[in-house]
Amino acid sequence: MPVDYNELKKDRDAEWREELRKKVSAKDRSSQERIKMPERPPQVRNKDFFEVPEGFSEEQAVVEASRCLDCPTPTCISGCPVNINIPGFIKEIERREFLQAAKVLKRTNALPAVCGRVCPQESQCESKCIYNRMKKRPVAIGALERFSADYERKTGNISIPELAKNNNIKVAIVGSGPAGLTVAGEMAKLGYDVTVFEALHEFGGVLVYGIPEFRLPKEIVRTEINSLERMGVKMVKNFIVGRTSTFEELKNQGYRAFFIASGAGLPTFMKIPGENLINIYSSNEYLTRVNLMKAFRFPEYDTPIVKGKNVAVIGGGNTAMDSVRTAKRLGAERAMIVYRRSESEMPARIEEIHHAKEEGIEFLNLNNPLEYIGDANGRVKQMKVQKMGLGEPDESGRRRPQPIPGSEYLIDVDTVVVGIGTSPNPLIPAALPQLEVTKWKTVVVNEKTMQTSIPEMFAGGDIVRGGATVILAMGDGKIAAENMHLFIQENK
Amino acid sequence: MYKILEKEVLSENVVKLILDNPVIAKSRKAGQFVIVKIGEKGERIPLTIADADPKNGTITLIVQKVGVSSHKLCTMNPGDLVTDLVGPLGKATEIEKVGTVIAAGGGVGIAPLYPIAKAFKEAGNRLIVVLAARNKDLIILEKEMRVFADEIVVMTDDGSYGKKGLVTAGMEEVINREKVDLAVTIGPAIMMKFVALLTQKYNIHTIASLNTIMVDGTGMCGACRISVGGQTKFVCVDGPEFDAHKVDFDEMLKRLNAYKQDEEAAYKQYLESLN
Ligand SMILES: Cc1cc2nc3c(=O)[nH]c(=O)nc-3n(C[C@H](O)[C@H](O)[C@H](O)COP(=O)(O)OP(=O)(O)OC[C@H]3O[C@@H](n4cnc5c(N)ncnc54)[C@H](O)[C@@H]3O)c2cc1C
Ligand SMILES: Cc1cc2nc3c(=O)[nH]c(=O)nc-3n(C[C@H](O)[C@H](O)[C@H](O)COP(=O)(O)OP(=O)(O)OC[C@H]3O[C@@H](n4cnc5c(N)ncnc54)[C@H](O)[C@@H]3O)c2cc1C
Ligand code: SF4
Ligand code: SF4
Ligand code: FES
Repeated sequence: MPVDYNELKKDRDAEWREELRKKVSAKDRSSQERIKMPERPPQVRNKDFFEVPEGFSEEQAVVEASRCLDCPTPTCISGCPVNINIPGFIKEIERREFLQAAKVLKRTNALPAVCGRVCPQESQCESKCIYNRMKKRPVAIGALERFSADYERKTGNISIPELAKNNNIKVAIVGSGPAGLTVAGEMAKLGYDVTVFEALHEFGGVLVYGIPEFRLPKEIVRTEINSLERMGVKMVKNFIVGRTSTFEELKNQGYRAFFIASGAGLPTFMKIPGENLINIYSSNEYLTRVNLMKAFRFPEYDTPIVKGKNVAVIGGGNTAMDSVRTAKRLGAERAMIVYRRSESEMPARIEEIHHAKEEGIEFLNLNNPLEYIGDANGRVKQMKVQKMGLGEPDESGRRRPQPIPGSEYLIDVDTVVVGIGTSPNPLIPAALPQLEVTKWKTVVVNEKTMQTSIPEMFAGGDIVRGGATVILAMGDGKIAAENMHLFIQENK
Repeated sequence: MYKILEKEVLSENVVKLILDNPVIAKSRKAGQFVIVKIGEKGERIPLTIADADPKNGTITLIVQKVGVSSHKLCTMNPGDLVTDLVGPLGKATEIEKVGTVIAAGGGVGIAPLYPIAKAFKEAGNRLIVVLAARNKDLIILEKEMRVFADEIVVMTDDGSYGKKGLVTAGMEEVINREKVDLAVTIGPAIMMKFVALLTQKYNIHTIASLNTIMVDGTGMCGACRISVGGQTKFVCVDGPEFDAHKVDFDEMLKRLNAYKQDEEAAYKQYLESLN
């Protein structure tokens, strides 16, 4: 999205902002070191599921906020996919108007408590902060975002946006992940009669079944769902659109437009020998059992999980990092990442890699699994891996891993989690043969409107992008909502 | 929440429940299943939709007590609420007129067999049902199937009812007697394995409905995966029915035991907590 600097200037010209800028010199601001986020000690937190970072105190937040120079052209904003007015909310923190900071955030981002925690800030907003050019560490935008949202939540008076008069036009949202929740909020604001359909028994998509509690407490997601309900959004769980009811049936019930946000929920396996042995999980299954079903509290909760001693997790993304840190928390003596490239190519958030190392995770980089070997009962007991070297860069710009012949060796494992990625959920395309999809089975949309090949259907998030990020899914939702609104108004 | 409207005890460990769910009652087809979860802390368990009444908006489940979750469900009563119920899941059975069909069900496999057998009969096939169980008390739905089946053969392990012997013995008698065009089998994995071996010998196309361990039931986790003809398939979305001659039943048998010890211990603990 292009940044509207004129609009931002109006905010920046406010008297209080000018005064605040003058209060401390730029030199003093920039000589302040970036405040380190307080975190629970690695050897304590790697045995439980409570959140790792503890959040800024008010004092820490104000000091960190004072580092922000309130730049005339805030480059940081161009790094944020939803163009949050970053200095706008940070300066509210500096003058201790914490609730106001949350309001600024919510103008453009309905889930700041989530994004503050899970955005890859180092490659988004923070990577574009002016401090980088001064060879200094950027302003901790994510941590401040989290602080504002948490502050608002803790006060208990969460603001919900103003709603336009109810227009009684029904729209359906398929999937309750970040993309779906965003569209639900936007359409409710515009006065629509919104229903969110979710296949699972809890709302939130990957936010509840994938990302673990120690990174994103579920209470936060629940609060957001509550806000939507307060805005009049109907939330329907245990409902698979295309199966429980068809699109046709929903249309007959009066739904005028649809937003498809069914995510990239299909696990990928490597198709190597032995992959169907017992105790070999997809990361989706492993994380769903633990997060959604609370298997770590079996038998208090009814869903079991294997608590392995030697656990190998295949992959180098957020999913793999979440799985391996979960394995450690379930009591693994060895919890290992097995990744075919090197650390600098890992797609996971840097903070998570760093946390994983602190917690005692082993990294077997430049190693690729070839085969799993089972015992007489069909349980995995060993894996054969091959060492890899790095060759020329491939299409993704990352250096291509190449097998080193003769380097194969065996590792003892009793549990394996395959976390090499997911692909688009095929339920919807299967239910809608007319819907245009790519050869990767992602849904084709007009990028400017998020409209699919079926005019009344819009789509966004992982079902369009393949595995992407929370904030990109939300960005799609914003664009889709705007255009759904236009579409409905034009086709009245 | 979904209300239980009626309950009937079919045998010591098997109950039939009628639940209120107009949407699923309307959209389900023979061979499909639902996932049920009881209570905040419950597990998601798959159960076949044994029957449905779109007019009254109800579905029928037949549940056998084997562990904590199925036990909880079996002890629920009319008026009680099931926390979560989602479906219909899985592919519907492809029902065609092929000639003569043997439907072979073992134990609680008889429940999911019921709607499929009925559908094959309605499509104009000659239908022979072979029901097998350990003893007389475990033979369920015989009366209901008699209404439409051309013939019913009952087999018990201990000879307490029908003929003494395994399901395969009952099937082989029929096969030796007349031409069979299709076999459909549902039951414990070990039983389906032997049914598949038998019909392979006689070159009869056979469909098995597989009851693997599941979590989501929508293709998201891979817990239900098995090998069919050397390829990995997800039972919840690619099945639950497959060509029985291609299923790797040995692998499936092992995978079904993934949590056996833990679940047995949990079940014991649960039963003790009830006393
Ligand atoms: C383990 C893990 C860790 C991650 N970590 C990060 C991170 O740190 N930072 C980050 O930015 N991103 C992260 N991601 C990626 C991010 O979570 C996703 O990009 C984002 O959730 C996509 O949002 P979505 O709304 O498109 O879909 P999802 O969140 O996938 O939600 C889709 C929802 O639709 C439901 N659904 C599907 N089909 C139907 C249907 N037919 N009817 C009804 N409902 C249906 C599904 O059950 C699901 O709840 C992570 C992903 C995973 C798996
Ligand atoms: C598509 C499908 C349809 C099904 N339809 C029915 C049905 O109509 N009626 C019915 O009673 N059951 C049906 N089942 C089986 C049912 O889901 C299981 O019996 C149930 O999940 C067991 O849960 P539990 O907590 O009571 O027992 P658990 O504690 O989970 O298991 C107890 C014991 O049963 C074994 N077991 C676990 N899962 C299964 C399984 N899926 N099949 C066989 N043995 C298992 C375990 O090895 C364990 O020893 C179906 C399964 C599938 C996949
Ligand atoms: S939403 Fe994400 S990218 Fe945007 S400012 Fe917040 S943390 Fe940065
Ligand atoms: S670029 Fe950095 S210093 Fe400038 S406004 Fe953005 S966060 Fe503040
Ligand atoms: S049960 Fe999860 S993929 Fe089949």
